[in-house]
Amino acid sequence: MLRMIFPDPLRLTLAQAVVASAAAIAIALLARRRHIRVEKDLALALVRGVVQISAVGSVLLLMLRGPGWLAVVALGAMVLAAAATSSRRAKRVPGAFRISLQAIAAGAGSVILIMALMGVIDTRVTTLVPVGSMLIANAMNANTLALERFRAEVASHERLVETALALAASPEASVAPYVQSSFAASLTPAIDNLRSLGIVWIPGLMTGMVLSGTPPVHAALYQFVTLAMIFASSGLTCLVGTTLARASAFSPAEQLVMRASAARPAAPPRGRAAARA
Amino acid sequence: MILRTERLSRVVDGRALVDEVSLDVREGEVLAVVGPSGSGKSSLLRLLNRLDEPTSGTVFLQGRDHRELPPRELRRRVGMIMQTASLFPGSVADNLRFGPEQRGATISDEAVARLLELVGLSGFAERDAARLSGGEAQRVAIARAVANEPIVLLLDEPTSALDDRSKRDVERLVRDVVAARRLTCIIITHDLAQAARVATDVLELRAGRVERIGPVKEVLRAAYDLP
Repeated sequence: MLRMIFPDPLRLTLAQAVVASAAAIAIALLARRRHIRVEKDLALALVRGVVQISAVGSVLLLMLRGPGWLAVVALGAMVLAAAATSSRRAKRVPGAFRISLQAIAAGAGSVILIMALMGVIDTRVTTLVPVGSMLIANAMNANTLALERFRAEVASHERLVETALALAASPEASVAPYVQSSFAASLTPAIDNLRSLGIVWIPGLMTGMVLSGTPPVHAALYQFVTLAMIFASSGLTCLVGTTLARASAFSPAEQLVMRASAARPAAPPRGRAAARA
Repeated sequence: MILRTERLSRVVDGRALVDEVSLDVREGEVLAVVGPSGSGKSSLLRLLNRLDEPTSGTVFLQGRDHRELPPRELRRRVGMIMQTASLFPGSVADNLRFGPEQRGATISDEAVARLLELVGLSGFAERDAARLSGGEAQRVAIARAVANEPIVLLLDEPTSALDDRSKRDVERLVRDVVAARRLTCIIITHDLAQAARVATDVLELRAGRVERIGPVKEVLRAAYDLP
């Protein structure tokens, strides 16, 4: 129906956005009748979403006309933003921003670089930036899950960790079970996505490719390639993230500092004594 | 002196948990640390094996500043038993082997059996650690600490979470193990009668500071009018 009213593609897209938003607002109003008030959050989220995605579209448009290195700058900025977002959500992990930045840069960054060099990801800006952003966003989510799960596991097993330390265990050995469980938990969504691919869901990338005229088999295979890359980058991110979080959980003298209670001791004396620590 | 502290302090959020505590512990001494809740007993114990860092002052183990020792070596030599036995998942034998395995050593089945005999749990090696009673778990925790061959044993209210019968059993066990292994021992207790039964010396803490220290009878008589 909209196609008949709006033959111009841009106007048609805007009309589609309005209709989709109207459906979301209608649900929020329906929820209000049950005393569930989400309309304010939804309105803000819709406005924010439109502004952000329009800005990205405009930036992509500029990039298409600019030099190729702009894609690297854009992906670098995305890694920074992802690290900031992840560290806000895992703020109780000491050094969360530094850990997130290193983990996402190492995980998503290296997979994007290797795949681009091998020709798995097309190096044109229009492909590199959207596919790269998918890897970075998934790495961010996996990193947040891994850090938060690790912190929660260590906090809830504080006594066992300190018992292990008191028995002369290394920090690595004393938290090994919690590194393993947080790593496994953070990769569960990526594994589930791969497992249910095509049965439970047809991902957006594949849908978009089919809609733009790519043969469905090609689109399906490329979607599999993307999900495998997401798994690789998320896995590497979690591996680096949990390793760094483990290190931040202990002081140089191998004392547990990542605690459920966050009381802060006065700084020990500097100088000779501190140097020996 | 096997263990000495020199003006040892720990301040957290502006509050002195341990306040300039200086003490000397002789080899073979059993020092009971008493005092009201919040007087810094556990905080002091955690500084002795460096589970926490002193804000100022230091600990000397056999004359060496504890910061000069690698933390793991210090903790192997100064073993610790917590208030409630936190046993690792697995069998009793797995728990006993944990400490030695950390330094690449293995202990034989015979050694495990000897340790279990020492704590009165012969035949418990393959039992699931999660299915032990509180008293049995605390005995395993003592055997696990002893398996590391420490020279000093720190006990943080080891009987406070136990019923009366288990309490007496564990107390007797501590005395036997300390004597059999010639260990130096620092034990926190709320129970003055227990301190009198177990210890050779008593340290009384108040608000993180040393109130009294000396031979058990003298301190308890002076402080609590005990006969």
